Amino acid sequence: MDTRSLSQHISHEYNQELEAVRSQLLSMGGLVEQQINQALQALVEGDSQLAETVVQTDDRVNQMEITIDEECSRILARRQPAASDLRLVIAIIKASTDLERMGDEAQKIGHLAVSLAGQDRPSGGYREIDQLGQAVQAMVRSALDAFARLEVDTALRIIREDKLINREYEAIARQCIDYMMEDPHRVRRVLDSMWAARSLERIGDHAKNLCEYVIYLVHGKDVRHGNLDAAERELLQQ
Amino acid sequence: MAAISHIDPKEALAVKARVEQLSFYYGDAQALNRVSLDLAERRITALIGASGCGKSTFLRCFNRLHDLYPESRYEGQILLKPDDINIISKAVDPLEVRLRIGMVFQKPNPFPKTIFENVAYGLKVRGVRDRHFIEERVEGALRQASLWAETRDRLQDSAMTLSGGQQQRLCIARALAPQPELLLLDEPTSALDPIATANIEELLSELKEQVTILIVTHNMQQAARVSDFTAFMHLGELVEFGDTDTVFTTPRQKKTEDYITGRYG
Ligand SMILES: Nc1ncnc2c1ncn2[C@@H]1O[C@H](COP(=O)(O)OP(=O)(O)OP(=O)(O)O)[C@@H](O)[C@H]1O
Ligand SMILES: [Mg+2]
Repeated sequence: MDTRSLSQHISHEYNQELEAVRSQLLSMGGLVEQQINQALQALVEGDSQLAETVVQTDDRVNQMEITIDEECSRILARRQPAASDLRLVIAIIKASTDLERMGDEAQKIGHLAVSLAGQDRPSGGYREIDQLGQAVQAMVRSALDAFARLEVDTALRIIREDKLINREYEAIARQCIDYMMEDPHRVRRVLDSMWAARSLERIGDHAKNLCEYVIYLVHGKDVRHGNLDAAERELLQQ
Repeated sequence: MAAISHIDPKEALAVKARVEQLSFYYGDAQALNRVSLDLAERRITALIGASGCGKSTFLRCFNRLHDLYPESRYEGQILLKPDDINIISKAVDPLEVRLRIGMVFQKPNPFPKTIFENVAYGLKVRGVRDRHFIEERVEGALRQASLWAETRDRLQDSAMTLSGGQQQRLCIARALAPQPELLLLDEPTSALDPIATANIEELLSELKEQVTILIVTHNMQQAARVSDFTAFMHLGELVEFGDTDTVFTTPRQKKTEDYITGRYG
């Protein structure tokens, strides 16, 4: 399926309903993306005011999840979608859950940013977390693009990238343990940074989930918990 | 590309009827073009497709109704298992075929007789004389068609006094009374209210323990609800055949997708 096929139903209203809920999901994605970017910036720059904004945005994100889920239930009940329409609605319901969780993680980073802004900054700033954060931001952006344009190639690439993110997070966690052993007075700060890195890594996991829904949506294939190489070979054969 | 017409061997299901390369002509007009399709034994197969695509024509081949019109012509074969008789062969007696295959038509067509006689008809044609047995089967079939409560006190009334929906359930009872091996239904619930429809659907899923069912329906949700396999026809050809879950979540053909999701083809 491609994005055009959304508008080819005999029923005009049905076209509009599917299009509307899809664009609601994409705006929710935009809001969450912004929330993540601001959370990282607040943390790296020690900007507690920006961090507050991030925390407050979460209410809006939660509200959007509810609206999208209600709209999807309504479509399921009234239209009884089948085939690609059904997969679209299911993918949207699942994606809205992941976006909401991403928002929660961004909110956590916001709280940590407030806490860290009240402590001394490390000499190197938050370089490692910033790097990890940049990578996660790029991943989220591509995942949302893949969802908007139904790009399976992009989705497959992002799913693979998630492994790198996990590895980078582990490196940061190990480094944090070293710091704590070296300098027990900084335990609080190091722990805060470690939690922030953990949240970023989680956001990456959710972005990966979004990409899995893209593949499900386009090909009707569930690539979760499976061998990605085998799935990819199969998709290429089609 | 020819549509897959055979049941996936992985399913390990017996085949009750095998349609091979079936073509059908009304005089010069071809209504079916080389349709091949397996009906899995004791499963429900739904036949869907736009109006005029040949669904009723296909069903009528199974009980040789087309024989009534001299200008009609069949090609290919329909093998009924386990004995592999070719239903449409001139050598096979249409009466024998009709004894083994029950049919319910798109429009209710009760005989102008009593309700009782309508249901008992198939048994009498088969030479059953045992009054007690006939009464038992009539009641059983009326119950199965969820018509017993409404008719038990008026079995001797003319079937013509029933409402349209009741007449349709009567026709279902009539088809069921002789306990056919294969039951063909052409839009059996199009004239029924949601409760009667749900009852018929429930009946079909109970019946499939004993009989193989082929149902034509315009209601996509009904096909999705009741059937194990779904066949999609377009302009006299079989476009797609597969297990119902797959056809309704990830159909292989774009034509099928457009049809079941209500898109312009
Ligand atoms: N007795 C007949 N003589 C000539 N052509 C016929 C006859 N019956 C049907 N046809 C034609 O054969 C084609 C298939 O008709 P059929 O009744 O099988 O369609 P269908 O799929 O059952 O449609 P519907 O969903 O409207 O019941 C149509 O083009 C129809 O006009
Ligand atoms: Mg018909």
